[in-house]
Amino acid sequence: MSRKLHARRIEGIDKNIWVELTQLAADYKAVNLGQGFPDFSPPSFVQEAFCKALNEGFSMHQYTRAFGHPNLVKILAKFFSRIVGREIDPMEDILVSVGAYQALFCTFQALIDEGDEVIIVEPFFDCYQPMVMMAGGTAIYVPLKPVCCGPVLSSADWVLSPEELASKFSPRTKAIVINTPNNPLGKVYKRKELQMIAELCIKHDVICISDEVYEWLTYDGTKHVKIASLPGMWERTVTIGSAGKTFSATGWKVGWAMGSEHILKHLKTVHQNSVYHCATAAQEAVAVGFQREYDVFGTEESYFHQLPIHLHEKRLRLADCLKSVGLKPILPQGGYFMIGLATIPVSAFYSPEHRNEFQKYIRFCFVKEDSTLQAAEDILRQWSDGKLKKF
Amino acid sequence: MRTSYKMASIKHKNTKRIEGLDKNVWVAFTSVAADPSIVNLGQGYPDIPPPSYVKEGLAQAAMVDRLNQYTRGFGHPTLVKALSKVYGKVYDRQLDPFKEILVTVGGYGSLFSTMQALVEEGDEVIIIEPFFDCYVPMVKMAGGKPVLIPLRLKSSSAASSVSSADWVLDQEELASKFNSKTKAIIINTPNNPIGKIFSRSELQAIADLCIKHDTLCISDEVYEWLVYKGHEHVKIATLPGMWDRTITIGSAGKTFSVTGWKLGWSIGPEHLIKHLQTVMQNSLYTCPTPLQEAVGQGLLRDFELMGKPDCYFTSLALELEGKRDRMAAMLRQTGMTPVVPEGGYFMIADVTALNQDLSHMGDDEPYDYKFVKWMIKEKKLASIPVTAFVGEDSVKQFEKYIRLCFIKQESTLDAAEAILKSWNKD
Repeated sequence: MSRKLHARRIEGIDKNIWVELTQLAADYKAVNLGQGFPDFSPPSFVQEAFCKALNEGFSMHQYTRAFGHPNLVKILAKFFSRIVGREIDPMEDILVSVGAYQALFCTFQALIDEGDEVIIVEPFFDCYQPMVMMAGGTAIYVPLKPVCCGPVLSSADWVLSPEELASKFSPRTKAIVINTPNNPLGKVYKRKELQMIAELCIKHDVICISDEVYEWLTYDGTKHVKIASLPGMWERTVTIGSAGKTFSATGWKVGWAMGSEHILKHLKTVHQNSVYHCATAAQEAVAVGFQREYDVFGTEESYFHQLPIHLHEKRLRLADCLKSVGLKPILPQGGYFMIGLATIPVSAFYSPEHRNEFQKYIRFCFVKEDSTLQAAEDILRQWSDGKLKKF
Repeated sequence: MRTSYKMASIKHKNTKRIEGLDKNVWVAFTSVAADPSIVNLGQGYPDIPPPSYVKEGLAQAAMVDRLNQYTRGFGHPTLVKALSKVYGKVYDRQLDPFKEILVTVGGYGSLFSTMQALVEEGDEVIIIEPFFDCYVPMVKMAGGKPVLIPLRLKSSSAASSVSSADWVLDQEELASKFNSKTKAIIINTPNNPIGKIFSRSELQAIADLCIKHDTLCISDEVYEWLVYKGHEHVKIATLPGMWDRTITIGSAGKTFSVTGWKLGWSIGPEHLIKHLQTVMQNSLYTCPTPLQEAVGQGLLRDFELMGKPDCYFTSLALELEGKRDRMAAMLRQTGMTPVVPEGGYFMIADVTALNQDLSHMGDDEPYDYKFVKWMIKEKKLASIPVTAFVGEDSVKQFEKYIRLCFIKQESTLDAAEAILKSWNKD
């Protein structure tokens, strides 16, 4: 064919770090602490729920309600109503999507037009920028920066400058994207930090897109705060969640967007014109998982209680290992990544303008079996002891 | 206690790309048909179980740790390799599993990725009526302009026994739709809702125009295995000069009777597929892993049996042919005129002869919408109005038709038969 084929909307967004690096990891049989997924299994109650769903009547293998399987949206509404402190309507205020990724896509496609500005806090999960671009928007960046340099570096030390943030808002600002707990830093925004962002959103009538996929993974008593629960914010926030991260089943690709009906309805329009339905059985299994967690919420039995405890140790172990070989880890308050040295280069999470400041940091995922962490430790020790071949 | 917002902020309005795309025939009709007292021949999904080896494959996959985590974005290796094997045989060409195949969220997701990748403002896309309803909104969302052309009933067809083969394109009319702005033509074969299977010569005529005007062809072939006796499914991508300009779409949901798994695929040349892959990596990134593993295993099993009667691709079509014939007979008995499909699992029927007076239902809707609503209410039988699948200009041509789905258990068909038999007894 002689004519130009592709649409302009996909120009400049064809490169992708995961495609490149996961191929490299596979090619070199690397011990993979790169891409963020657990190398252990989902909890048995959720795996069992999936198997049970498969063997139920034919309906588990056929189309379900397009905007979310009824059992799932009902339990999500119940579960999060209790947390957010308001009655969430399962049919109007929730959209189930193919992973949080697709919820983000629906959000940008539904709300960002050509010429709209979207503020993105750096470092950011890499897809935000190409999604804004594909929607014709302009990304405006504002970096988190480390403030104090005590002996133990923590993600809590990385903050936004209020003046700098305020300066990024303009009459063209449509939305701001925040991610808490943050990937790759692990920062968990405090209530007063979210309050500052909320005030700017309200002042400038801006929508807040809050990516909270790691909401259950906080350490050392750090509390996850939902910006949608702050005064004036429910009506202007889209909160995004993930069953993959919640239940250590990233391969199920079940996520959701939650927010006021008058905004969610636009996300639904995108959804019904792009994928329409999400897989039924996986949604049923996630619903069963959430029902169980609703019943044991706050108790020792809760997976949301156990998983961070399980990961807390791994986090410390990886940090010690990096320190012992002379690298400086930044201890994350939440999530499953740590910045230190060498697996996914962190400059991918920054805009071209700020990339140079952050080139020496790299991101590790510690949500791995102990044997994997041990293998990583062995490699790093050998490397630091000079036993590895020099290239 | 829900707060209502008296004045929704102007900034919370929908984007231009989705303006007017919120309405949808399924939203209108599927909730109605959810009532268990209604015999549902509306939405297209089986109420027969999927083959057991496919369900078992999924149960096995779910027990493997690694298969519950992210897989390759453009398609799980087991699945793309199986697709390349199966379709390599069908196309009689070597298919690169990594460069010429993309796995998507259903055939729907493939259509979306294709439109977003290849259609933009200024492009025209030819769509044949009646069309699976999402084609028009997807073209619009991509900024393109849909250009419609209807299939027309050959006047030579016998009134008593109409087949989907009697519905054809007017060749001059088709040629007139192509111009320098035409980016693509979408074809669906076997067609939903009519069930037409485009013959080799019909596809050749379309191919000639694509080549002459240098356009793309988007071929939705999700019902490709559901072909009834005496008919052959032909892939337009196999015609000379067409591989390089065609995206062919398939569906696990339709292939294995698992619509709720939402897995599909696009097959085509690397220079086109790479753009669909770009859309994929910026929209949902990857499809569910265990489902892809199970579909891959299912395909490998049926690959070995291809051409034999116990291959599911063949056995399902045989099973459905009986249901097709049964449904056509039931409808005729009532006085409707069914259009017997050559393929797929839908049948449209002309209800003109029933002379049902629906003037009491107002005149703001086409006749078939009113008829379908009336039939749900009065007869407890659900179907879909065919004008949902056509543009405004073709409404008059199609408004006496309703669409029924026959991939249903015998007990469902028994219940439908009971309703149809007692139709005139009120």
